[in-house]
Amino acid sequence: MKEVSNNPLCSFLLVVNSEENVVTVRPADTLLYALRIHLGLTGSKPGCLNGDCGACTVLVDGTPMKSCLMLAVEGEEKAITTIEGLKNTPIQKAFVKHFAFQCGYCTPGFIMNCHALVHTEKDADETVIKDWLESNICRCTGYKEIREAVISVLHKLKKNE
Amino acid sequence: MIPFNFQYSKPQTIQEAVRQFYEYNRENKKAFYFSGGTELITLGRLNLVYADAVIDLKGIHEYSSIFFYENYLVIGGGATLTAIEEANVFPLLGKTASEIADRTSRNKITIGGNICGQIFYREAILPLLISDCLLGISEAGGIVYQPIHKIFNKQIHLKEGEFIFSILIDKMYVTMPFVSIKRRKQWDVGYPLVTVAAIKKENLIRMAVSGVCPFPFRSLEMEKALNEKGLPVEERVETALRSMPGPVLSDVEGSAEYRLFVLKNTMIDAIGELEGERGV
Repeated sequence: MKEVSNNPLCSFLLVVNSEENVVTVRPADTLLYALRIHLGLTGSKPGCLNGDCGACTVLVDGTPMKSCLMLAVEGEEKAITTIEGLKNTPIQKAFVKHFAFQCGYCTPGFIMNCHALVHTEKDADETVIKDWLESNICRCTGYKEIREAVISVLHKLKKNE
Repeated sequence: MIPFNFQYSKPQTIQEAVRQFYEYNRENKKAFYFSGGTELITLGRLNLVYADAVIDLKGIHEYSSIFFYENYLVIGGGATLTAIEEANVFPLLGKTASEIADRTSRNKITIGGNICGQIFYREAILPLLISDCLLGISEAGGIVYQPIHKIFNKQIHLKEGEFIFSILIDKMYVTMPFVSIKRRKQWDVGYPLVTVAAIKKENLIRMAVSGVCPFPFRSLEMEKALNEKGLPVEERVETALRSMPGPVLSDVEGSAEYRLFVLKNTMIDAIGELEGERGV
């Protein structure tokens, strides 16, 4: 049995954006807190801290997760990807092309979710896209452009098959 | 940030988990079984839940599995709502689960956590109530299987140190005609006013409801009224509504009167879908 900690702090290996980091946190610390405060990866945004807004979304083994709803210790032995780990991906380019952001605070979370969506659900229809996008909130209400960005990437991926 | 510290462990067997729970107990520490963990994290942040020690169950073999075994569909307590939806082995449960929270949150929320949670909706339990499932309860001596109706009365009643390891659903239920309807005050995201799940078994309707009382429920008395097939559907539903098993919620989502109005229409729609226009 793996006993991570008997005291207020524990150390373990966290693989983020393919880089190995030994982090020392409280077992009660969320993944979002560890990413931002311990690793300085501030791309994942604190919003509601309650699992509602999706601004803190990261990928855990390729699956979108709200990092405010996950303990950092749960991330051990997982591959974590944050917005800093994406470089010039089709969804990032599409967000720029379609002006899919306004103030930009929700953008990292949306991009992580949409990146997973276009790679997981290549045949996504309107229902699937809506189901996935409901996980994130944009207070500037730029949903139309975000949807268009997702659809453009799906079309592009389909064309390249 | 969660304002208190706790110890964290991730046992790999049921026995280790239960033993550890009792050890913490002996040390006067409040232990908390952790599945998806969303409730501990969100309510802990608000100081509404406290734990000295967290026992993460996700390391236990088969705790998150979904498979068929003999006459049963077996769903691990640690199966996420997304996994259940995608497995699509029990469409009624998949459909009901797919309406809970949002997709990304469902990647974390587990069925065991949902049905044992403090939130009063706990909609994942509705299909389990109408399919008379068995709950595999982990305790010191191993796993004990109990009918859900023995364990559930307004909420899941477990003894200290127990947790739900698995859910067994008789195969015959997974292919029955069903309906699952979630009605919100507005939009497609957020808490429901009313959720209704129903199946038709041997021409009789079974129905469970969430969001109306401070607990999800299945009422045999209501079902008896709903199955009075000689009467018009509206009359059957009105009779059923006179047997509500508890007070009707009245909150920011909707007044009691509005909830009953929505429930009545949702029940009529559910019966219409299961019985068809001829009402059989």
